[in-house]
Amino acid sequence: MRQLIPFSIFIILIIFFAIGLTKDPRLIPSPLVGEPLPVRQLDELRTAETTLLTSNLIGSSFILNVWASWCAACLEEHHLLMELATQDAIPIVGLNYKDTRQDALKWLYKNGDPYLQTWFDPTGEFGMELGVYGVPETFFVDRTGTIRHKHIGPLDRINIAKAIDILNAEQNSSL
Amino acid sequence: MKILAFLIFGMFIGIVNGQAFLVDEKTFTHAGNQLRYDALMEELRCLVCQNQSLADSGAGLAQDLRKKVVAMIENGNSDQEIKDYMVQRYGEFILYRPRLNYATVMLWFGPFVLLLVAIGVIMRIVQSSQSNHTSQKVSSKNKLYDDGEHS
Repeated sequence: MRQLIPFSIFIILIIFFAIGLTKDPRLIPSPLVGEPLPVRQLDELRTAETTLLTSNLIGSSFILNVWASWCAACLEEHHLLMELATQDAIPIVGLNYKDTRQDALKWLYKNGDPYLQTWFDPTGEFGMELGVYGVPETFFVDRTGTIRHKHIGPLDRINIAKAIDILNAEQNSSL
Repeated sequence: MKILAFLIFGMFIGIVNGQAFLVDEKTFTHAGNQLRYDALMEELRCLVCQNQSLADSGAGLAQDLRKKVVAMIENGNSDQEIKDYMVQRYGEFILYRPRLNYATVMLWFGPFVLLLVAIGVIMRIVQSSQSNHTSQKVSSKNKLYDDGEHS
């Protein structure tokens, strides 16, 4: 019995380390999940004279994808957003983060534009409101304008599907 | 050889420059504000390069956050308000000294609990080995220790 104690402590430590090693320290849980999307007025990237309230989509759930032309990982996930846009499953809104209008438009022209709206945030001010610390980041916003999920880093098929499930589940439970 | 020396020298120059560009802050009109600013910079963590404080970091986001802190200080916000602002957006993680709450209880007291457990275990081991000496009784429980002593 006595000999088992160090062994069990060892096993417990191993379990903790095993869990710790599979976690990415760069993924910081956002305190904004469950909170309403901040309401600000932002320029539309593609039509210079148009301003949009970030609350203009309340009533339908949407994906808010934070991207920039200087962000290499954004290109990695881009084809998935393009694919999602053609499926018409859920509106995708872009937040162009700390970029110039010229570079951003060029990037969209070259790589395709999956966005229903693209909010232009050249100073990163709205990004700061959202707690953005590295692009790409993607927020999943429900019909009431509440952030339900945040994904940090490039999206893949599996985590897009999971996040949309989270949105749908919230929606059904609130009906 | 000369080239190598030049390159090494260049590296040091580079480091000096690297430090210099961080001091991009404007000076405060109020002397106390500079102290508050310096203290806050050491308390807030850079989220991009996680083992650096906002004071050390050259990342773009850190620059923005420094500007924000300057703006908030000049706006008359208290240190607490500034920290709350950051925590609301970036989470508890941004504080180098996490606040005591439900999620951080283990972080704050876990080490002390472990220390107490360790002291308890050591005391028990010491006690049981002492009682072995006096009683000379070989219980099956302590057999291992006795074997060790006789060998």
